[in-house]
Amino acid sequence: MRIKCPLCGERDRREFYYQGAAIALNRPAPDAGDEAWNDYIHNRENPAGRTKDLWHHEAGCSAWLVVERNTVTHEIYGVELAEDVKRGSKNAD
Amino acid sequence: MRINGKGLIDRSTPISFSFDGKKVQGFQGDTVASAALAEGRKIFGRSFKYHRPRGVMTTGSEEPNALVTLHSGAAQDPNMRATTQEIFEGLQVRGQNAWPSVDRDLMGVNDLLAPFFGAGFYYKTFMWPGALWEKLWEPMIRRAAGLGALSGEHDTSRNEKAYAFCDLLVIGAGPAGLMAALTAARAGADVILADEDARLGGRLLLEDEEIEGKPGHVWAADVTAELMGMDNVRVMTRTTVTGAFDQGTYGALERVAQHVAAPSNDTPRECFWRIVAKRAILAAGALERSVAFANNDRPGIMMAGAVRGYLNRWGVAAGQKVAVFGNNDNAWRTARDLKSAGVDVVAMIDSRKDATGEGDFPIITGGMVSDTRGRSGLREITVQSASGDQKFEVDCLGVSGGWNPSVHMMCHMNGRPAWDEATQSFLPVDNMVPGLKAVGSAAGKFSTQAVLEDAHAEAISALLDLGLTSADTVIPTAEDGAHNIEGLWEVPHISKGYKRAWLDFQNDVSTKDVRQAAKENFASVEHMKRYTTQGMAPDQGKNSNVNALAILADATGRDIPTTGTTTFRPPYVPVSLAALGAGARGKGFAPERFVTSHQATVDRNAPMIEAGLWYRPSYYPRPGEKTWRDSCDREVNMVRNAVGVTDVSTLGKIDIQGPDAGKFLDFVYINMFSTLKVGRVRYGLMLREDGHVMDDGTTARMGENHYVMTTTTAAAGQVMKHLEFVHQVHCTDMDVRMISTTEQWAQFAVAGPKSRELLNSILDEKIDNESWPFMACGEVSLSGVNGRLFRISFSGEHAYEIAVPSRYGDALFRDLVSRAETLGGGVYGMEALNVLRIEKGFITHAEIHGRVTAFDIGMGRMVSAKKDCIGKTASQRPGLNLDEREQLVGLKPLDGAQQLSSGAHLFTKGDALTADNSQGYVTSVGYSTSLECFLGMGFLVNGRARIGEQIQFIDRLRDIITTVEVVEPVVFDPEGGRARG
Amino acid sequence: MRFSAWQVLKEGLTGNKGWTPHWRSPEPKAEYDIIIIGGGGHGLSTAYHLAAKYGGKRIAVLEKGYIGGGNVGRNTTIVRANYFLKGNSEFYSHSLKLWERMEKDLNYNAMHSQRGILNLFHSDGQRDAAARRGNMMINQGDDAILLDRQGVREIVPYLDYDNIRFPVYGALYHKRGGTARHDAVAWGYARGADQRGVDIIQNCEVTGIDIENGVVKGVQTSKGPIKAKKVGMVVAGRSSQVAAMAGMQVPIESTVLQAFVTEGLKPVLDNVVTFGMGHFYISQSDKGGLVFGGDIDMYASYAQRGNLPTTEHVVEAAMTLMPMIGKAKMLRSWGGIMDMSPDGSPVIDKTHVEGLYLNCGWNYGGFKAVPASGDCFAHLMAKDEPHPVAAKFRLDRFRTGQNILDEEGSGSQHNLH
Repeated sequence: MRIKCPLCGERDRREFYYQGAAIALNRPAPDAGDEAWNDYIHNRENPAGRTKDLWHHEAGCSAWLVVERNTVTHEIYGVELAEDVKRGSKNAD
Repeated sequence: MRINGKGLIDRSTPISFSFDGKKVQGFQGDTVASAALAEGRKIFGRSFKYHRPRGVMTTGSEEPNALVTLHSGAAQDPNMRATTQEIFEGLQVRGQNAWPSVDRDLMGVNDLLAPFFGAGFYYKTFMWPGALWEKLWEPMIRRAAGLGALSGEHDTSRNEKAYAFCDLLVIGAGPAGLMAALTAARAGADVILADEDARLGGRLLLEDEEIEGKPGHVWAADVTAELMGMDNVRVMTRTTVTGAFDQGTYGALERVAQHVAAPSNDTPRECFWRIVAKRAILAAGALERSVAFANNDRPGIMMAGAVRGYLNRWGVAAGQKVAVFGNNDNAWRTARDLKSAGVDVVAMIDSRKDATGEGDFPIITGGMVSDTRGRSGLREITVQSASGDQKFEVDCLGVSGGWNPSVHMMCHMNGRPAWDEATQSFLPVDNMVPGLKAVGSAAGKFSTQAVLEDAHAEAISALLDLGLTSADTVIPTAEDGAHNIEGLWEVPHISKGYKRAWLDFQNDVSTKDVRQAAKENFASVEHMKRYTTQGMAPDQGKNSNVNALAILADATGRDIPTTGTTTFRPPYVPVSLAALGAGARGKGFAPERFVTSHQATVDRNAPMIEAGLWYRPSYYPRPGEKTWRDSCDREVNMVRNAVGVTDVSTLGKIDIQGPDAGKFLDFVYINMFSTLKVGRVRYGLMLREDGHVMDDGTTARMGENHYVMTTTTAAAGQVMKHLEFVHQVHCTDMDVRMISTTEQWAQFAVAGPKSRELLNSILDEKIDNESWPFMACGEVSLSGVNGRLFRISFSGEHAYEIAVPSRYGDALFRDLVSRAETLGGGVYGMEALNVLRIEKGFITHAEIHGRVTAFDIGMGRMVSAKKDCIGKTASQRPGLNLDEREQLVGLKPLDGAQQLSSGAHLFTKGDALTADNSQGYVTSVGYSTSLECFLGMGFLVNGRARIGEQIQFIDRLRDIITTVEVVEPVVFDPEGGRARG
Repeated sequence: MRFSAWQVLKEGLTGNKGWTPHWRSPEPKAEYDIIIIGGGGHGLSTAYHLAAKYGGKRIAVLEKGYIGGGNVGRNTTIVRANYFLKGNSEFYSHSLKLWERMEKDLNYNAMHSQRGILNLFHSDGQRDAAARRGNMMINQGDDAILLDRQGVREIVPYLDYDNIRFPVYGALYHKRGGTARHDAVAWGYARGADQRGVDIIQNCEVTGIDIENGVVKGVQTSKGPIKAKKVGMVVAGRSSQVAAMAGMQVPIESTVLQAFVTEGLKPVLDNVVTFGMGHFYISQSDKGGLVFGGDIDMYASYAQRGNLPTTEHVVEAAMTLMPMIGKAKMLRSWGGIMDMSPDGSPVIDKTHVEGLYLNCGWNYGGFKAVPASGDCFAHLMAKDEPHPVAAKFRLDRFRTGQNILDEEGSGSQHNLH
């Protein structure tokens, strides 16, 4: 498995740490209530197919990445810096 | 028998080796199988279950029968294929899975009991009495099973792993692979061409046919020479591509020195490659399959293509009176090649009534071999045809049930090939593996001309993908015969008696087994496989799966496509663990991290213990000390009464800078850091987002915009990732940056009443309690070297940690230790450090083990109400704040001499010792020299409310059963006066 | 037909003509009392226990492919009861007891073999954790022995004791732990359930769950609608998809766990051995193959196949721990889809829909749980109250934080368990 880091280029999977679904980007407000926090921390859509998840280029540039990929075929559609995704979503708000 | 004038071996270079102790004489270019066949060996192995004698069947790595053991001692190498093992002088080969030898195997008696050992028999018996399973039946089965044996000695072979990158990976160097590689290479593509064999050419080496008017093997040699001369081509011989993985990554096993008697010291035995290719072409050819007829497994019955392969490549006639049996035109080549080499072809038997082949040998069309005789080697075949049964005396039978394209690699990503009626085989479909395309006979093209054209076209298509234009490569002219075949899976069983027609030769699966499985409703192909073990042997069904599938289809009244296939999975050929795990043996498994004081510590004979990847000293023995406790007790007293020095560089050190650094830390820690004054240190606790404790440590504010965070040794990496995550994902707008400086600073704890005295002897500017009060920090200078000084204490004593750039670590450590010694102190290790912190109730990851909350360790009130932080909301969940949670307490034995042990459980007095009654457990223990008794730390249900209670301390594993008093975690100097003094 | 040595002998002498199907392949009826979605080990065990122990009638198991085609047939077959948290400990203890009588109960030889498991430890800290675990096992009534290095050496002399990166300090030895023939467990429960009237319907994919006013009414399948009073979801590897049919999002992330087997070898490894400094566990099957595994591939995946980094890492652990297996050859690798939960422990619970039950989240420890999971899920479905040994496998523990069962202590990052 190889991932194209936007900063470093295509690298072997060994350089990356995997965290989980990109839902981690959307931290609820402290007072959002226990259902919202339960969904954030525990519950997952966990699709069999296209998904977005978070990878960390631990043995590279230290960037956290949002990788859009397919959980059935392992095809990777695109990689973005988590920072950019956050800024983008903020700009879109 | 060798045939003069035939074969590609070098007859001027004889090589001898031994097979079961008998000398075999071969030539350069021989395999174990070709050389032994030439000398007339029939039996090469014994089957798995019934120990039936078995001979060579194929010429390749798919060989099911001729599995042998090479070498002895630590080098012993079981389950090696005689068909691919090149011979060298002095090679030792032994038959396996037999006693006393493959020629005379007493285990052959199993075959007589075969009626009772049918498919799945073991699921139905051996159940009574229960105790006998482990004691009797299972050991019997285990002894009988297995093939070769490991030596039991540590492997000592040198192996290697490597990466390679290319534009185009061509897998297989038969006519298709050579053509594809040549086309791509001439266009300038960066090409890797990998082939299992020592010599490129594939089937061209085994056939008697021409390309461009020259023998196929000569054309192959010419192309090889051209490719070898090109800078953009890497030819990898003896290299099997073993698996296709994501994003164009392929695994490949190179047998670097398995064909050499005495490889040089720097030559690995095998190398496991990870090849990253932008595009790949699978030119793996096709494998011939057998036909199921009674006793089709006798030594001497081989694949038809193998019979002529041994003749054409190695000049070996596998028999003197040979018959050929097939259902396709291709099989006739064997009869013709043998005949022209002067071998007696007894009969060419074709199951097709309308077969039209010609040749100067007896021909039986519409005929089928229905039975054979010859226990230790084929002697006779029975042929059934319209004219009745005929018997022929033969010593070799070439069988061809058709060819299965080698689609295995195409299936490594769960793709399923499609059944093709015309070729009676499964063919690859599009996009089974992204970027990988099958060509040639792997794609169902069965004439050499079609193979070359297909390979050329697909290479050009790959070049287009790569953005390269193809040079002018002309497709040579070659054999272009039609591939006529009529499906034949099983010869109707007409003879009387208990006879079996074999499918999986290795696992002894017969058509009866498959039919029985179907009858017992193991009708799914996966169920049949698992119930009968069909296809689960070392050849993974390469020789038999399609046949078995056809029998199952027949038995269940379905057609082949509906019946489906099982899945081929990596590796394509078995890969030794020594190669896959190359480099990991011994200390190579993980990096070793050494602190700068390592050598000084080793010089002092301190036993080193592993702390993650680090090595840390356990204790520093002095002359006269008999046990580790003697040293530990002395070191503890040294710190309490004078001064001790220890290396704490393994703690994670993270430099955090920027205008928003304080704000950022407020969000990471449960307590406030933005309010921390410059020149001060604060203890901090950080949570995971799920509200449990992640780590603790101290963070110092070195400047307005500059903090230095300390993490525990264990969590340094995790915390660094976490900080980056919080910053990049949650605090994107904060102006702050962080970097790990763990390796850059050597840091030493200087602890004890005389710590300041020691420091003042080396600091360029002296310190006092005014300039460096408890929890102060700042920059200092030592003989002109800039360092950092933190007045923090993990021992409860007046203590400091002093940090210098790592290159000064060794010198500073030695200096500190010798100065400490002159003050009546000295160096201390992890054991003493542990006791010191237990006396003070300080926690480590023994306590913050991932399941505890700030509430549990009594730090619930540290969670600042003024701000949000990671983990705060989740930490407020009701279940995380219940009184009945296990809470941190100290434990003190009632009997001062009583030893305590970590891992013991705690029970309320009077309660029965059941799991349900367990009230908690012990995390840390140590002997307190100050209190002259053992002390423990642990977690106890509602513990804070139970201070003073006497409870049962139960370690049944180590038989330590006693009563302890629950105490506050801080036992020594609870007011903390010593640290401030 | 009752299986026995006598039957094998009789059939052997009469041409093996009398064998009959181990289970029927009926067409689905229009309605059942109870439908179990998922014909894996847990689903078949649930159906068996419903019929054999809780008086269940009119039960169907719906399997989208072939029974036993999921993780029950793709694991490293280890059976053990060595958990240390209340909630897990009593459950696996119960499961091991069911394993010990399974073959008698089922009249099917699943080759359960109590070969003993050695969980090695490599530091003082790991020893302390092993001691806590071992004491819990003993308190639970199970067996545990704390071995020192010499004690380990006497049982498994072939480890590298001299030059290993992380030296062996000792092991927690669990004698009643061992292995079983994984497929046979599924088949044995299938046959046992079938004999008690359960309809096992293969190639029947559930495509929807019918719910009216918060009450389950049945399921939609590739073979048409089937009504049911109660429906149980037991579909590890597809839990998220099936739960979504009932409008639920479950706390599961799916990852791939690879397992590996070598070619057959003469007996060389008698016990189950696990390495404590990197995931690696190994045993030798009765056929002679070394069966081993390690960590999950870490990323979310439904591919049932893995990648080389994990494969190599597992084998590297093997080579540092027991270099004698260097000449063994990896024959096959495969992958299962793991239902990774936030605390590494499973869920056996009711749902917000009346009559709809959930069994999921077995992470990569589901095989040994097959008997008790079936028993406890059957108990829950039959009586609408949890079996006492599975009472803590509640779905709402994540929301409330109460009784989180995090044996690894790695927190709510699904892939870390």
